[in-house]
Amino acid sequence: MREQMEFVQNFPCFSIMLCMFAGIISSALKGKAAKTVNRAVLCINIVMSAAVLLFTVETGEFYVYVMGRFPAPWGNELRVGVLEAGMALFFCIIMLLSLTGGRHKLAQEVEEGKHGLYYILTDLMLSSLLALIYTNDLFTAYVFVEINTISACGLIMIRQNGRTIEAAVRYMIMSLLGSGLFLVGLCMLYDMTGHLLMSNIKEQVTALHLLSLEGSYHVPLLVTIAIISVGLAIKSALFPFHAWLPDAYGYSTVSSAAILSSLVSKGYIFLLFKIIYRVIGFDVFRDSKIINVLFVFGLMGMVFGSLSAIKENDVRRMIAFSSVAQIGYIYMGIGLGTQMGMVASVFHVLSHAATKSLLFIAAIGLTDVSGGSRNFIELTGSGYRNRMAGATFTVGALSMVGVPMFSGFISKLLFAQAAVQNDAKMLPTLIVLGISTILNAIYFMKTVIRIYTPVEDSQYPTVTWRDGKRYAVTLVCFIVLNVILGVCSQPIVDLIGAGLNMFA
Amino acid sequence: MSKLKSEEEYQKTKAFHFFRWLSGSKDPYLGRVEMKPQKEYVEEETTIQERMWEKEMIRDKVYDTEHNKWLLFFRRFYRIMAVVFCIILAGVLLFTVSYLPPTGNARNPDNNEVAARYIENGMQETGAVNVVTGMILTYRAFDTFGETNVLFIATCCVMIMLMVEDAELKKQEVKNDRRYEPKNDAILQGVATVLVPIIFIFGIYIVLNGHLSPGGGFSGGATMGAGLILYVSAFGFKKTQRFFNEEVYKVAKVSALCMYGLIGIYYYVMGANGLDNHIPLGTAGDIISAGIIFPINICVGIEVACTMYAFYALFRRGGL
Repeated sequence: MREQMEFVQNFPCFSIMLCMFAGIISSALKGKAAKTVNRAVLCINIVMSAAVLLFTVETGEFYVYVMGRFPAPWGNELRVGVLEAGMALFFCIIMLLSLTGGRHKLAQEVEEGKHGLYYILTDLMLSSLLALIYTNDLFTAYVFVEINTISACGLIMIRQNGRTIEAAVRYMIMSLLGSGLFLVGLCMLYDMTGHLLMSNIKEQVTALHLLSLEGSYHVPLLVTIAIISVGLAIKSALFPFHAWLPDAYGYSTVSSAAILSSLVSKGYIFLLFKIIYRVIGFDVFRDSKIINVLFVFGLMGMVFGSLSAIKENDVRRMIAFSSVAQIGYIYMGIGLGTQMGMVASVFHVLSHAATKSLLFIAAIGLTDVSGGSRNFIELTGSGYRNRMAGATFTVGALSMVGVPMFSGFISKLLFAQAAVQNDAKMLPTLIVLGISTILNAIYFMKTVIRIYTPVEDSQYPTVTWRDGKRYAVTLVCFIVLNVILGVCSQPIVDLIGAGLNMFA
Repeated sequence: MSKLKSEEEYQKTKAFHFFRWLSGSKDPYLGRVEMKPQKEYVEEETTIQERMWEKEMIRDKVYDTEHNKWLLFFRRFYRIMAVVFCIILAGVLLFTVSYLPPTGNARNPDNNEVAARYIENGMQETGAVNVVTGMILTYRAFDTFGETNVLFIATCCVMIMLMVEDAELKKQEVKNDRRYEPKNDAILQGVATVLVPIIFIFGIYIVLNGHLSPGGGFSGGATMGAGLILYVSAFGFKKTQRFFNEEVYKVAKVSALCMYGLIGIYYYVMGANGLDNHIPLGTAGDIISAGIIFPINICVGIEVACTMYAFYALFRRGGL
């Protein structure tokens, strides 16, 4: 018999199953009841993830949760450490805020009868994200990647107009290509190692790698790493594979856009982190040349994403293109190949998720007071018409540019610190970091100046925070979250470091 | 001495019917099968003009390869590169596969302790004679729960796409439902009357014997779903809705998935905390045996059958 477990240790399993139950039960409920269920589940999940986080921080080590009577490698297994619990907590908070902030748009843009379906999709999306975070088994990860892909398509196309359907089809094709490459890589790994459990694969891969210089598995191992990295890069919209992104983020209903940009792509990046540390091994991954490819793609994304954003004349699409640049930062951090770089990447996952959802939610407040138009000309002066949204958008823009006090500054600082540790890649990283910051400043400051340019007798009405109290509270929560990430960064960075050490 | 039949008597025999059919003097389907002549599609003058104008616009502006040499070059380049890329990818993958261990070799890495335990102890530990079912529903029960939810969410997405919400639209849909198909097709109905019960019984057999013989919830559910689809095609939605309407669908789907989830969470939590599992395994080989596999198979079967039928109904008319 295994030693007795604490009750808290059951919570990861409970939270995954709770989301699934919520999705299943919501299919029999009307839209309003489904919304209540969804909100309750998110709140319970926040509490449970916080409890798990406290527990893991207190014990200072990870634990393994066997799903069923049979221990892994025979059965399924979850593995919970500080980083996993922290990510789960963070994802639940962001999802709750994004859904609350976009609720009034959802009511306008989606047919009344399909609101229930929207909440089913978000429930199952959350369950798949949690499962991706917690699982210790590659095949379980693949199953939940499927759920994630399908529900993301649903989230895009639930607002039915031509652009979203086209965007959903495009997303589906690209995303399935990514899943397919991931599955092929998984099959090859299984063929070489005979395991699907992450820890066991890592043992075998390390053994293979030692032999690999003269052994026969050198080529398949390299191809596997390449295929899995590219597959997950497609799904998280790394630069040359980002063609699906602007339409999907730009035209879907705003909650979907916030969830997609800050959670879905981050879920896949987190899976990539897990694969790097727990499946392939950080050293093996660093020694393969794939890491340089990711590095170069990341640098290119940082520049070209920003350039596309500058050219854009539609505020939602501009924010979407800015995502491409920020995803580039994350992959650049992975590409540095140092522990510090990984910490910076994980921190940027948090910072970007918090900031991008904030920008999407704030932008919707600005477009609402500009007659629903998203063109910059119409947006002129909207910061005065909706002061709350204007202030929040400014905070988001400052954070993205990297002004101290906000989360974006800390991640840029961490990236720069990490770059200094890597001699060969230091110069390109610092140069591109500088260029990208300037480009960021160009398009974000352009928008901020635009929304604070006064107009004479505007034909659009002025909105105060009393007109949408829930919306205003959400925006305040977003600002607080962003400032917390920016000001109390040291404990968070320490936690990330501890979590990554638990990974290895 | 043969007896000559009178004309009236002869008309009653089968030979008369046969030769009449052979000569083509009477069509047996005439008057029994509804056949509507297709209405000729007439396009109005304005729509034709609009269409031509749009076409010309598009040709002029976007696809004018004669003047826009760059576009022509890009198109050719794109096609060639797509083919080249696919060939390179296929080549790399084939090259990689040549390095992987050969199939069926006893010393392959995948013939390790994992597979050995599944095969050797599978029956004692799960109570299932069919090792594959034991594997997917007991050892790796969590994966399979996820897989069942994939079906569930796929139905949700199809509903978002194709569900017709408006009551008015729904009425129209029902009217148009049979436009392109014969109504009350005698052959289809006759065949369905015979086949549907057999298909159903076979599907139920596959589900219930999932732990004893090849099959299980997924294949059995697909069989039952096929039976439902055949019934709908033969007798129409009105008759099907007497026993399988949206309410029944919802109840069946939700209760099956919830049941599966409850069994699953009981099993995971009991297993993880080292508590005893109170679901008896029974004698291997009995119908009611193999612990959680038997009820889970039934749940999966119901869910898969519902999904199959829902897909068909949604694609056909946008509602259940």
